[in-house]
Amino acid sequence: MAASRNISVSETSRPKLPRHTRLKFDETRQVWVILAPERVLAPDEIAVEVLQLCDGVRSVADMVDQLAAKYLADRGAIATDVIVMLQDLADKGFLTEARESTS
Amino acid sequence: MSTLADGKTTAAHDGLAALESGRSTAETFGIPLAVLAEVTHRCPLQCPYCSNPVELDRAGSELTTEEWKKVLSELAEIGVLQIHFSGGEPTARKDLVELVRHASDVGLYSNLITSAVLLNREKLAALADAGLCHVQISFQGNEPVVADRVAGFKGAHAKKIEVAKWTRELDLPLTVNAVMHRQNLFQLPDIIQMAVDLDADRLEVANVQYYGWALKNRAALMPTLEQIEEASRIVEEAQMRLKGTLAIDYVVPDYYALRPKKCMGGWGRQFFNISPAGKILPCHAAETITGLEFESVRSNHSIAWIWQNSEAFNRYRGTGWMPEPCKSCEFKEVDFGGCRCQAFALTGDAGNTDPACTLSPLHEKIFKLAEAEAAGDNNRFIYRNFAGGTPETDGDHGT
Repeated sequence: MAASRNISVSETSRPKLPRHTRLKFDETRQVWVILAPERVLAPDEIAVEVLQLCDGVRSVADMVDQLAAKYLADRGAIATDVIVMLQDLADKGFLTEARESTS
Repeated sequence: MSTLADGKTTAAHDGLAALESGRSTAETFGIPLAVLAEVTHRCPLQCPYCSNPVELDRAGSELTTEEWKKVLSELAEIGVLQIHFSGGEPTARKDLVELVRHASDVGLYSNLITSAVLLNREKLAALADAGLCHVQISFQGNEPVVADRVAGFKGAHAKKIEVAKWTRELDLPLTVNAVMHRQNLFQLPDIIQMAVDLDADRLEVANVQYYGWALKNRAALMPTLEQIEEASRIVEEAQMRLKGTLAIDYVVPDYYALRPKKCMGGWGRQFFNISPAGKILPCHAAETITGLEFESVRSNHSIAWIWQNSEAFNRYRGTGWMPEPCKSCEFKEVDFGGCRCQAFALTGDAGNTDPACTLSPLHEKIFKLAEAEAAGDNNRFIYRNFAGGTPETDGDHGT
């Protein structure tokens, strides 16, 4: 059970926001926010873009491909940045992993 | 409901600085990110450190379902993001599921702060279906003998354990809130283990803060300095060991601190709560300060107007109201002079420096008194109730 909290993000991970975490646009302050128990975070634009891809279906590899194509950037560099960012969010409890399908 | 007894909940919003950047928080007080809705003061437990005022709001004065729904809509509209349903015991209200659903409908992130004893599995599932995002359950110990006696409610502890398990079965995140004092601090290592076993995400180790009911019970609750030092060691070790598994928030009782706590993140800076009768308060204990008039959601004013303009919020906002030693203190923008309710309770004037600060002329006297109480053997509680409190007798053991 608690294992879901200690995830290690890699290209094959399929991360998603846990049930208790909401990504939302705050109309009053005109910023994106992550709502979690006792916390409100203000992720930067890049984090928001990545988080919007975290649907539990896409793998990190898919996301990196998509971002590398969109920004015509080096795939390796993007992969490093994305994984570091997602791992940081996961360590803070703002990201979980879709359950492994056993097929 | 002890979470806010220490003013830590508001301080935990690490996103606030980012959201407030670009303007001076000393000049502008944006709408709080989170609001505490004390939907009732009714509660089956009788904890002697309850953070509710000694003068409790009666059921007849509580806001109606429609009034609360209107309040929730208004909060969402002005930019509040999170709502904490608290009390008293919020589940004592029959309309709680409806209120949670309404909070979800208007886009508020909802948190239930509960004693858990009135919940059953169906009701918890209904709350989850209504969009509840998080559950916080208070624990009075790690086993029934101590816990049920502190709660003044037989069977409370076993029920809490059961509800905590349902919470996780329903995939709701769980915070265990443990209120600590002289008579249960010895259980701290077991309480930490209990939180791990219950698969909680967070544990709040909240030492009692002494106003209201807790001040009445200070002699029976005040820990010794040795206990606090031991607790700090235990928490620090557990925080390291359980990193990534259980987040532990820790609040030291400010009687044993050198500087006062930044209570509520500063009066009227980033937090308000709404009392069962609809008063908008700078903190849940603010009504203990006599001489302050608090505006109600039932008045002609909007909530935003009350937050920005009411006399009670502006009285101790910023630093202009401060007397010495606060006025010339280098920490005045750090702790904002401490807690106004504690200053009032211990000095009779809410505008004085909080005596928890070593710079207060009263600190020495109050600290010595607390130390004497901690070393004393008065372990009897005065239980919290609508009758103004009932002393514990030999026959009381969680009955």
